[in-house]
Amino acid sequence: MFEIYCPHCQEYREEEEFHASGEAHISRPLDPDNCTDEEWAQFLYFRKNPRGVHHELWVHAAGCRKFFNITRDTQTYEIKETYKVGEQPTVTE
Amino acid sequence: MTQQNRLQSGGRIERNKPLTFSYNGKHYKGFEGDTLASAMLANGIDVVGRSFKYSRPRGIVAAGPEEPNAVLQLGATEATQVPNVRATQQELFDGLVSNATNGWPNADMDLMGYVGKVGGRMMPPGFYYKTFMYPQSMWESYEKFIRKAAGLGRSPLENDPDTYDHLNQHADVMIVGAGPAGLSAALQAARSGARVLIADEQSEFGGSLLHSNELIDDKPAAQWVEETVAQLSKFSNVVMLPRSTVNGYHDHNFLTIHERCTDHIADKAPAGQVRQRLHRVRAKWVILATGAHERPLVFGHNDVPGVMVASAVSVYINRYAVAPGKELVLMTTNDGAYQTALDWAAAGRKVTAIVDTRANPQGDLVDAARAQGLNIITGSAVIDVQGSKRVSGVSVASIAEDGSRVTGSIQRLSCDTVASSGGWSPVIHLSCHTGSRPKWSDDVIGFLPGDTVQKQLTAGSINGEFGLKGCLAEGTRAGAQAAINAGFEADADAVPASAADVKTGPAMALFHIPHSQPTSRAPKQFVDFQNDVTAAGIELATREGFESIEHVKRYTAMGFGTDQGKLGNINGMAIAAKSLNQSIPETGTTIFRPNYTPITFGAIAGRHCGELFDPKRYSAMHKWHLENGAKFEDVGQWKRPWYFPKAGESMQDALNRECQATRESVGILDASTLGKIDIQGKDAREFLGRVYTNAWAKLAVGKCRYGLMCGEDGMVFDDGVTSCLGENHFLMTTTTGGAARVLEWLELYHQTEWPELEVYFNTVTDQWATLTVSGPNSRKLISELTDDIDLDRDSFKFMDWREGTVAGVPARIFRISFTGELSYEINVQANYGLHVWEKLFEAGEKYNLTPYGTETMHILRAEKGFIIAGQDTDGSVHPFDLGMGWCVAQKKPFSYIGKRGMAREDCVRPNRKQLVGLKTKDPQVVIPEGAQAVNDPNQPIPMTMLGHVTSSYYSACLGHSIAMGFVRDGLNRMGDTVYYPLADGTVIEAEICSPIFLDPKGERQNV
Repeated sequence: MFEIYCPHCQEYREEEEFHASGEAHISRPLDPDNCTDEEWAQFLYFRKNPRGVHHELWVHAAGCRKFFNITRDTQTYEIKETYKVGEQPTVTE
Repeated sequence: MTQQNRLQSGGRIERNKPLTFSYNGKHYKGFEGDTLASAMLANGIDVVGRSFKYSRPRGIVAAGPEEPNAVLQLGATEATQVPNVRATQQELFDGLVSNATNGWPNADMDLMGYVGKVGGRMMPPGFYYKTFMYPQSMWESYEKFIRKAAGLGRSPLENDPDTYDHLNQHADVMIVGAGPAGLSAALQAARSGARVLIADEQSEFGGSLLHSNELIDDKPAAQWVEETVAQLSKFSNVVMLPRSTVNGYHDHNFLTIHERCTDHIADKAPAGQVRQRLHRVRAKWVILATGAHERPLVFGHNDVPGVMVASAVSVYINRYAVAPGKELVLMTTNDGAYQTALDWAAAGRKVTAIVDTRANPQGDLVDAARAQGLNIITGSAVIDVQGSKRVSGVSVASIAEDGSRVTGSIQRLSCDTVASSGGWSPVIHLSCHTGSRPKWSDDVIGFLPGDTVQKQLTAGSINGEFGLKGCLAEGTRAGAQAAINAGFEADADAVPASAADVKTGPAMALFHIPHSQPTSRAPKQFVDFQNDVTAAGIELATREGFESIEHVKRYTAMGFGTDQGKLGNINGMAIAAKSLNQSIPETGTTIFRPNYTPITFGAIAGRHCGELFDPKRYSAMHKWHLENGAKFEDVGQWKRPWYFPKAGESMQDALNRECQATRESVGILDASTLGKIDIQGKDAREFLGRVYTNAWAKLAVGKCRYGLMCGEDGMVFDDGVTSCLGENHFLMTTTTGGAARVLEWLELYHQTEWPELEVYFNTVTDQWATLTVSGPNSRKLISELTDDIDLDRDSFKFMDWREGTVAGVPARIFRISFTGELSYEINVQANYGLHVWEKLFEAGEKYNLTPYGTETMHILRAEKGFIIAGQDTDGSVHPFDLGMGWCVAQKKPFSYIGKRGMAREDCVRPNRKQLVGLKTKDPQVVIPEGAQAVNDPNQPIPMTMLGHVTSSYYSACLGHSIAMGFVRDGLNRMGDTVYYPLADGTVIEAEICSPIFLDPKGERQNV
């Protein structure tokens, strides 16, 4: 079970308080109506599944209800950093 | 019964506290301080069970958690039955009742043994896969036979009367194991002020020191333990947990500890005492000081009772004052086991021979044995054991220097006990739990903990440091280091307690003792006692093509028992490696997973059972529902009234009555469970327009609107009515089950996509009670309870809401309808809910005000063709599939969620499954929900399926059944007939129609 640092609460809390919401940094296209079906499908369905460093969106569901990002190693389960939505990761590989 | 194997003096038992226990119905005596195993050995009980496959008699071989044979059924009453207890870890208490878990008619005289003898050759590895696979229909019969033969214990037939707790712990330094290394570490960490947690599976701290003859700081080791524990207990920052097995080591230094609070007195525990605790520990740093398990050697008939692991013999002599026999033959590959021969001799028993596989052993302990004149036979091995229910002798032969073959003639020695040692395997189980791959060491002749990402240190025998002096030093160093790493000041150069430097000669890497016959023809050489896996079986598996050690494990069942291969796995891997002509590191090891030792379901569940299994949510009117005989339905965690049967009514009777009363006069529904989200902010309106498919720009204050919510894929996921409370203030309702999901969805889009919008969300579900009053008399009824809300049909219109007082309390009334009738939803502060509800019933008696539950609500809405998100939708239907295109805006400036998704090629193609009404040809027949439509019921299977029925009821108001369901291209097939073939072979014929069965013009809600 993970121990996760919420960058909003600025505390380590147990994984039970959080929900994972998939890959981070997936932006909604600004002009959906002019996206092709392929482009929309990319946004909708295609996600990375790396062995190693992965950027994930999580929410402190039973806490402050804020979304934030986690850089996590999918192999060792290490959490390298957590950072707020709108910020960029410092660990990328 | 006398304790014929009990020594006259010594041991840590309390001779003035005799205890009585029973095994297989016979009564025996032991002492306080005994384990069940030591007491059984003291009483000369040789056979403690029968083996899994061959039904061979088996005796106690070890003294700890690695024991594979002495796995017993415990419990004096039916409710307190505990299966598969290792006798080596069960403390003895007065009145303990134990039984062998297998053997028929009993373990000592087992008829299955004859089957084993005859059938043994016919039961090679993979026997179960090869034999019991076909025909599949017979599996249920096979299973019963196999389960009985498997000989594992049975679970109690009555409810567990005990309570179990979970306890969350935080530690700066968590130390696993309280032997010499763990205790040394604890002392250093404690002095730093760090919060220290130290746990050990045994009843008292000390680990191997509890049976050691060595001196620490010139004192007997046990005295050092006592003083160290006394010292630790003075620290307020130290928590000591004996009888506590650290069973799992999970990510981010999360550990689970299984503490057995009363198992050592079991049935005798005082009432109300917690039996076991599961500690959930989050530690800054962890020190694994888990020690090592001695490996037995693999040789012919090495499973005859009386064959034991060398160190276990020492444990029984030194700790429990039990010499488990009269004449000992010790076989060893290393110096350490000589101690067992010395202990045996010191107990006044005869050491027949020390058989050392090494040609020229040298070391302090070897010298000590020589000095005592013990008979040492070097360069030799015990290749076979005689005896059936107890060892009667051994065959000894000289072997090649590399241990590969027998070189000399066989001599027979008479003895009743054989102790063997193939060296020590570090207890790396916990270090493996977090995904670390163990590393083989040729020096240690064992696997060591591998690299890890955990904040973890290791100390003592787990590192292959088997000497006492080294363990004390490593523990001292690790304790200080862990404290420093956790941010405390500690003395990194602290001086460890002193112990003698024992010189040892090199050990021999030997696992499998050769026989004069090839392995396949030699007497059975057991590797895994619990699963009857032999050296020959492993060799056969590799010959049959199983090369991966994981496959060999699964094919032979090695390590599958309750002992999880603690004793035999390394030997098995070594044999597989040799058979595959590989080194052990090339072959690798199987990975240990949690839990280290079996854990009870009780400890896992803790208090999360019965009433506390899951929270229950009740509305403010729950008490009334109970008093009025409601039947309840679970909706998420909510308990919702399902229907309100009167005396003598069937469910259908009650539904018919509730439906008709509502349509003819007035009914009332407790709708408090609907999700309610309060939305405020200057951009609230804009936000609604982006998350709903329809338009919100012009919704005026005082008005309500129904909205559909879709995902980015265009598929409907929730719906509900949202009301405009103020220019920047809205109240959104969601489905009961979807409330939390919708709130998270709104937050997701606000926080990640549109943070520039000024809008705030909060759940107010629990703050409001919602009373839905529906039916032609609803206006008349409510008007009796309010004098400040004008209910006039022209001023308070359909889809309006008003604020005022109802029954004397502040209220919001929403004129919305899920029944198609004139209908008002009264919202009051939750704690006024019951009051208003009761006032409505006082005034409503003359109108026959009738309470109805969720089932009548479902029927009433289905008569009107209203969908329920989650019942009539499943994530694969968009609004047009539901015939709800009217709820999809085309001209909103912002491309709202769902718009692009439902415009995808597949979403706009013809021939999609669409929601339609279904009228059965026989009006009394109700189609089962989930039934599949077909065009031709005579088409051979597999038939072409057109879509399923989502909602189906009998409508008393209409006098016939009604249904909604998906049919391919259904909206263009009005009037067509489709067929529903059922599992029982019958076919229901139905006509496709509009899903609005009642009042298609919507006149009833506008009266």
